[in-house]
Amino acid sequence: MVSHDDVRYVAKLARLKIDEDELDRYAAQLSSILGHIDQISGLDIAGVEPTSHVIQLSNVLRDDEVRDSVSRELALQNGPEVEAGAFRVPPILDTGE
Amino acid sequence: MEFEPVIGLEIHVELSTASKMFCGCRVAFGGEPNTRCCPVCMAHPGALPVANRKAIEFLAKIGLALDCAVPGHSIFHRKNYFYPDLPKGYQISQYDQPFAVEGHLDIIVDDEPHRVGIERVHMEEDTAKNIHAGESGRIAGALYSLIDFNRSGTPLVEIVTRPEIHSPQAARIFLNKLKNLLKYLDVSDCNMEEGSLRCDANVSVRPAGSSELGVKTELKNMNSFKHLEKGLTKEIQRQVELLQAGERVVQQTVHFDFATGEVTPMRSKEFAHDYRYFPEPDLVPLEAGSDFVESVRAAMPELPGARARRYVDDLGLPEYNAEVLTSSRELSDYFEESLKHFDDAKLVSNWLMGELLGYLNATGGELASCQVTPESLGNLLAMLGSGQVSNAVGKEVFAEMCQTGKAAGEIVEARGLTQISDEAQLAGIAEKIIAANPAQVEQFRGGKQQVLGFFVGQVMKETKGRANPKVVNQVLRQKLAE
Repeated sequence: MVSHDDVRYVAKLARLKIDEDELDRYAAQLSSILGHIDQISGLDIAGVEPTSHVIQLSNVLRDDEVRDSVSRELALQNGPEVEAGAFRVPPILDTGE
Repeated sequence: MEFEPVIGLEIHVELSTASKMFCGCRVAFGGEPNTRCCPVCMAHPGALPVANRKAIEFLAKIGLALDCAVPGHSIFHRKNYFYPDLPKGYQISQYDQPFAVEGHLDIIVDDEPHRVGIERVHMEEDTAKNIHAGESGRIAGALYSLIDFNRSGTPLVEIVTRPEIHSPQAARIFLNKLKNLLKYLDVSDCNMEEGSLRCDANVSVRPAGSSELGVKTELKNMNSFKHLEKGLTKEIQRQVELLQAGERVVQQTVHFDFATGEVTPMRSKEFAHDYRYFPEPDLVPLEAGSDFVESVRAAMPELPGARARRYVDDLGLPEYNAEVLTSSRELSDYFEESLKHFDDAKLVSNWLMGELLGYLNATGGELASCQVTPESLGNLLAMLGSGQVSNAVGKEVFAEMCQTGKAAGEIVEARGLTQISDEAQLAGIAEKIIAANPAQVEQFRGGKQQVLGFFVGQVMKETKGRANPKVVNQVLRQKLAE
């Protein structure tokens, strides 16, 4: 069973804000997903090649050719805060508070 | 108690492809922020990556040059973490199925050969660039940061060594040798100041002779050879002092401040590294079959080790010379180009290592901007070989060539420096000098042969180094015997 702490940890890694009253619901849903995985893990897969991709393709590559980039105006258009031609973001490190 | 450092390096190399790893934006350093980006490298929803063929070829070259095995099947993974310079929220990298594994690079430390194992060589993409606003310009204490996506998605190869390096000096030698190898391969400009070549180090210490590993710390972003060596020295010292005081080393990332010489732990919002790797569904696997690997191998340039062997076996150079000449691709190319104009390999090698490197060392200059071309050096050595100028004058002419870029012939002509081989002329000078130094003549005649050197020196001084030493010797012996 997934604990409340597990839910908080996963939410933190994914930068999701989760209210305390949602913990039960998510814990139950995550447990059910993991239960399904456990069920799959129980299958006999001897002789089955591991599958990382469902499409039977490999080496899809492009030639090393430069294409036009987008204009800077367009690039910055969705930035909530823009300064000196760049995206402006809040301080990255904890201020220690 | 004696402690032994254990160091493993992680080196990141930005490849010098024309376009980025997964999109067609141009790869370059600097420029106006956010002018080389597109929906793929800014992670707009629905944008799909397509891998750059040339980057994979460069990756293969690096793997092969490090004597790695190429398992053939390899896939990309998503490495998930949050950081403003990582627009997708994950970096496309490789995880448990990297492109190349189990190689090595041999170095020489204190005249002893030492093999450093290479654990893996894999493909990934570079992040965007953060510019921190605030007094220090550093991340700690920044008021806010600005993000420039020009670098985002630049092809990046990560090379991971085994923890088989045992001194800061060896780490520097290793990195230098690796950089040289990458330059021969022509896959990166390896400019450390611009971040094309970056080095992180995992460091621990253990009691000398022990085979267990101590708790390690990670020293980030050593962006010059000096930084790497000093940072490691400091961190090793810090760890040894902790252990000697009966304390423990804490596993953490540390930052070396070159200005203060201090090592400090980095504070980070991330409380644990949990990258939740999973296969990148937007990119299909890479199958590097033997055909591909062999075609890359066939197109590999001659590497420094092979060049050095050829210099010894075919050109008859001492091993030391071969090692020095191949220690940088520029020097080695310069050497080979010079040989086209004057084919005495030993003489060319001596002049390169003595005069040319001496001049560059003394002036802090770079070979690339040296005014003396291989052709003009070859011409000078040809004049030397034919006896047109003496060795001493040759050196003088060379010094002037370095400063002015003029041709040797032109300097010799303008300054009247042609070698004097005329016996009668030298005999006259010898007579004068013998007459002026009766005491030395006495010594010589009394059996002190080495006094001859004094007379030779005097003749050279008189002729400003232009006298042909062979003729001078002969004339002096003759005159002194009279």
